[in-house]
Amino acid sequence: MGLDIRWPIGLMFTLVGLVMTVFGFITRSDAAMYSRSLGININLIWGVVLLIFGALMLFLASRKNGAGGPPQK
Amino acid sequence: MQVTLTWLDYLILLTYTGFVVGIGFALRKYMRSSSDFLTSGRSIPTWVTGLAFISANLGALELVGMAASGAKYGAITAHFYWVGAIPAMVFLAVFMMPFYYGSRARSVPEYLKMRFDERVRALNSVSFAVMTVFASGISMNALAKLLHLLLGWNYHASLWICSAVVLVYVLKGGLTSAIYTEVLQFFMIVLGFAPVVYLGLKDVGGYHAMAGVLSGVATNPSALHLRDPGVSYGAGAWTSVWRTLLEGPTNNPMGVDWFAMVFGLGFVLSFGYWCTNFLVVQRAMAARNMTAARNTPLIAAVPKMLFPALVILPGMIAVALMAMPSKGYRIPAPILDNAVYARAQAAVAAAAREPADQAFKEVSAAVGRRMDPAKVAALVADCAAGPMSEAAFDDRLWNAVDEYDYDGVILSLVKRYCPTGLLGLALTGLLASFMSGMAGNVTAFNTVFTYDLYQAYVAPNKSDEHYMRVAQVVTLFGILASIACAYFAKLYNNAMDIIQLVFAFVNAPLFATFLLGMFWKRTTGTGAFVGLLLGTMASGLVHALTIAQGNAPGMKGGYLGVAHTFPSEMAQNFWLATFAFIVCFVMTAGISLVTRRTKPDEELAGLVYSLTPRIKVEGTPWYQRPGVIGTALLGGCAVLNLIFW
Repeated sequence: MGLDIRWPIGLMFTLVGLVMTVFGFITRSDAAMYSRSLGININLIWGVVLLIFGALMLFLASRKNGAGGPPQK
Repeated sequence: MQVTLTWLDYLILLTYTGFVVGIGFALRKYMRSSSDFLTSGRSIPTWVTGLAFISANLGALELVGMAASGAKYGAITAHFYWVGAIPAMVFLAVFMMPFYYGSRARSVPEYLKMRFDERVRALNSVSFAVMTVFASGISMNALAKLLHLLLGWNYHASLWICSAVVLVYVLKGGLTSAIYTEVLQFFMIVLGFAPVVYLGLKDVGGYHAMAGVLSGVATNPSALHLRDPGVSYGAGAWTSVWRTLLEGPTNNPMGVDWFAMVFGLGFVLSFGYWCTNFLVVQRAMAARNMTAARNTPLIAAVPKMLFPALVILPGMIAVALMAMPSKGYRIPAPILDNAVYARAQAAVAAAAREPADQAFKEVSAAVGRRMDPAKVAALVADCAAGPMSEAAFDDRLWNAVDEYDYDGVILSLVKRYCPTGLLGLALTGLLASFMSGMAGNVTAFNTVFTYDLYQAYVAPNKSDEHYMRVAQVVTLFGILASIACAYFAKLYNNAMDIIQLVFAFVNAPLFATFLLGMFWKRTTGTGAFVGLLLGTMASGLVHALTIAQGNAPGMKGGYLGVAHTFPSEMAQNFWLATFAFIVCFVMTAGISLVTRRTKPDEELAGLVYSLTPRIKVEGTPWYQRPGVIGTALLGGCAVLNLIFW
């Protein structure tokens, strides 16, 4: 079927990752907010993880002859 | 107790919703025939069908229920995966998929018609269609209730909005769209919950520290009110999967013996679900060729094998947190009705003038639950000392309830650890699981309804456009019927329990029919049909004559007399399935021997093992052969069993 699902997955996680990273960066000194997550700026860290995952998906989708998609997790 | 969501959390939720709806619209132009809509025209890449295969099963009930079992029973819950699902998925891929895919049947009931006759198909398709709608409704009700109670979301709004989103993308893009969004949802669920589990594990000091705390819980579970006073297990009961199981039903938290676990759960129930349930098998049938179809459950098995870390571990973390007083955590209490709060308010006010034990008794009676004496006394004293706001009173009363609603575990952890931002992501993961389960049910329902009921019995020989239109109407009908079932479940909880019980009776013997049908050409249609009915009746009868320890005869069994008492409800379920399977197997085989075969060997080619030419795998590289991958997966599964022995 004509749609490579890696495009929407990649785009969505890049977008969400970007939002969380920026928000995490802006709120990096808000200790009260991150007391919930044991003092870890989880938005910044996890935002970057999502960003990397999204970019990886976009990269895999953009490669030529990758239409069928190699099996990958 | 409620958390508030900010614009950021809603933004993440909306982005996700926009993408799943967008996928539906993007696929709209490919929906030209009923087979595009209902079976995806067999054109989807393997890794996509593979991830959709588990995602369709990973509904909200799975997520919520596995965390609940993880808290209630500990690591032994992993048997649902490591003894149940994985071997069943390998069996489906290696032995059964060739018949499903090779026969070119469009659904599991259609395979049954090819192999046996119309009677077996009718029985299976009607029970499957009804069951799917009810299962979907039960799951929707459970989640909408949870979202209402823990987040304050409107019950009706959660129900209708989620349904509308699923309706739009399934109506636009059919099965393809359900499968594609399931892949997106798979990543959303994993990436949304992984940080919550990570934070939880860090909070309890890592896995080993958690295991240490849990061994203290296991030797004295009544200290946390997890079991009745006097019950005690070995130190590893909450963290080992085999050791305490082999010590017998009184020594493991699930109360199950090893035979019921391996044969009842592992063989009968899990193989019955994973190998015959069209909801999951449909995903593999949408693959582009035979090898892809066989590899679908195998690809699915890899993440499935690791899922206990995502879905069971949170439950174990919750128990460990509760055992560490400094953490100030408890598993949420069962939800109380508004009427209960009103009754309790009056009781607490009156109790101020009475001696402590009398006061405690009256407040407990007003709430109708087991209460914590110290917390009730403090509440009574504080209420007498000065006025208290209604919200504060409700919160403290709810906290004083000394019972647990294990289904609340996962959301309580999300609330505990997620700041705004991550909160939106985790909740989106939860809603994604809700939608993937619902879309899975709807797409399986519309295919079975359109092909196996409408085309077969109501209006055969119509144009394909006609069936395409019918399929779309059925999709809408399926979703509306699920919503109706959700409301039914909300209003009549007990009736729903009975319906679920009947489904369990119908499902239990099913695998015996498939096993005999696929591997013994002598099996006849009459044998299969009567065998299935007798198997269902046998499980009903066993249920009527047995009971689980601690239950009163009635809904939970034993209403015709108690011939045997099982140590736990789980044991009762597993043994029930075992009996149903054996009765169905023996009766189907016996009746087949005395009835005439209606189908000659030629008609059964491609449907029965001995009459189907072996699939040639020489063309595919060795590492892509299902037999090789399957063996490797079973090896990996065995290693996991040993690590957590």
